[in-house]
Amino acid sequence: MHISEGILSAPLLAAGWAATAGGLAAGLKRMNAEKIPETALLTAAFFVASLIHVPIGPSNAHLALNGLAGILLGWSAFPAIFTALMLQAVLFQFGGITTLGVNTFNMAMPAVAAGYIAAPFLRSGRKSIAVACSGITGAMSLLASAFLVALTLALAGESFSSIAGMIFIAHLPVAAIEGVVTGGAVSFILKTKPDLLKRRA
Amino acid sequence: MTCERLAAGTSTLHTTDPRVKLCLAFILSVTIALLEGCPAQFAALAAGFLLVCWARLPVRETAGRLVAINFFLFLVAAVVPFTTPGVTAFSFLSLPVTWQGIELALSVWLKCNAIAAVNIAFLATSTIFSLAHALAHLKVPSKLVQLFFFSWRYIHILEEELGRIRTAASLRGFRPSTSLHTYRTLAWMTGALLIKGFERGERVYMAMRCRGFNGTFWLLSHFHFHARDGVIAAAGIVASLALLIMDNRTRCILFN
Repeated sequence: MHISEGILSAPLLAAGWAATAGGLAAGLKRMNAEKIPETALLTAAFFVASLIHVPIGPSNAHLALNGLAGILLGWSAFPAIFTALMLQAVLFQFGGITTLGVNTFNMAMPAVAAGYIAAPFLRSGRKSIAVACSGITGAMSLLASAFLVALTLALAGESFSSIAGMIFIAHLPVAAIEGVVTGGAVSFILKTKPDLLKRRA
Repeated sequence: MTCERLAAGTSTLHTTDPRVKLCLAFILSVTIALLEGCPAQFAALAAGFLLVCWARLPVRETAGRLVAINFFLFLVAAVVPFTTPGVTAFSFLSLPVTWQGIELALSVWLKCNAIAAVNIAFLATSTIFSLAHALAHLKVPSKLVQLFFFSWRYIHILEEELGRIRTAASLRGFRPSTSLHTYRTLAWMTGALLIKGFERGERVYMAMRCRGFNGTFWLLSHFHFHARDGVIAAAGIVASLALLIMDNRTRCILFN
C-alpha cells in the first residue's frame, strides 16, 4: 500500500518527510548497537513475509504486517519500514525518493501505536487476551494505514477523493485477514519463542 | 527475486561515482515532482528515457519493471479523468470526461515514469553494497545505513528460509484456500519466519561482537571523484534547472 510518485504536491511530500524524520530520529535513538543486527534481520523477515500471498476468494492480497512490526519492534518499526520501502524503491523502483517520507509515515505511525496499545496485554500473562488483542491491533493498524493513505490522497485534491474511498474500502477484508494472521503469529511466537515478544519492553 | 540484475554493466553510468548518482537521483526526483505543466514533464520523461538508454541496460528486465510500475497507475488513469471538475471533453457511458482530468492523469503518468526512469538509471545501476557505502559517505546516520545494509544482506537468506517452510508445509499436504485453516497456517509460517530471523540476528550479533563490533560501520570502499563525475553532476544540475525554467515558461499553454 503505497502512493506512487507524481501524485502528491510539494507541501504534502515535505510534510511526509518531516514527520518521517521525527519518527526515524525516535526509532534510531532507541536502537543501540546491540539491536542493529536483530532489527535488520526482523526487517528482512518482514520484507520476505510481505511476499506471502494470502488467498481471499478468487483474488489474493499480500500481507503488510505493520501492526506485528510495531508489536515486535516498537519505535524501531520506523527505521525498519523506512528501510523496507527504500529497498523496494532501489530494487524495483516501487515508489521513489520523494514519496518515501509520506509512505513511511503512513505505514509506520499506526505500527508504533499498535505496539504501545498491545504491550500491556502482552505483559498480562493471559495468552488468550494477548492473542486477541494483538489480532485486533493488527487489523486496526492496517485500517489506520489505509485511512492515512486515503487521507493523503484526499488532501492531494478532489480528483483523487474517489480513489481514496476505494482504497479504504478495498482494505477492509485485508484488515480482517491481517488481524487473524497477526493474532496467529503472536500465538505461535508465545508458544515457541516468547523472548521475541519481550525484547521490545 | 529480481534484484541487482541491472547493476551488472560497464556503461558510463555504471562506473560513475555512486555518491554523485545518489545526489542526482535525489535532485532530479524532487525537480520532476515539482513540475506542473505537461511540456516540461514530457521533457523530463524524454530525459529519463535517454538516461536509461545511456546506461545500456537489458531491455527485457528494464521494460518489465516499468510495466509493473504502470500497473499501479492504471487505477489513477481509469478514475481521475472522470472525477476532475472542468470542461467536458466527451462522454463515456454517459459519464463526462474532462480535459482537466485527462491532463491530470497524463501529468501523473509522465511524472511517475520519469522518476522511475531516473531511479533505474541512477540507483539500479549501483549495487546495494556501493549505495550503502555512498549513503555512509554522504553522512546519512550510521545506524540507518547499517540497518539498510544488513537487511539487504539477509533478505535472500530469509527468502530461502521461507522457501523451506513452504516446502515443509506443502509436503504435509497444505494447499492455500479461502479458509481459517489457511490463514492460521500462514500465520504460523510468518511466526516461524520471524523467529528464524530473530535467532539468526542474535547469532550474527554474537559473531560480530567476537570480531570486535562496537556499532561502528567501517568504510572499506572509498570512492574517487573523477573529472568525469564532476561533468555528470554539473550536467544533471543544469538539466534540472532547465526543466524548472521550462516549466515556469510553458505551464499555461495546455487547456487553460
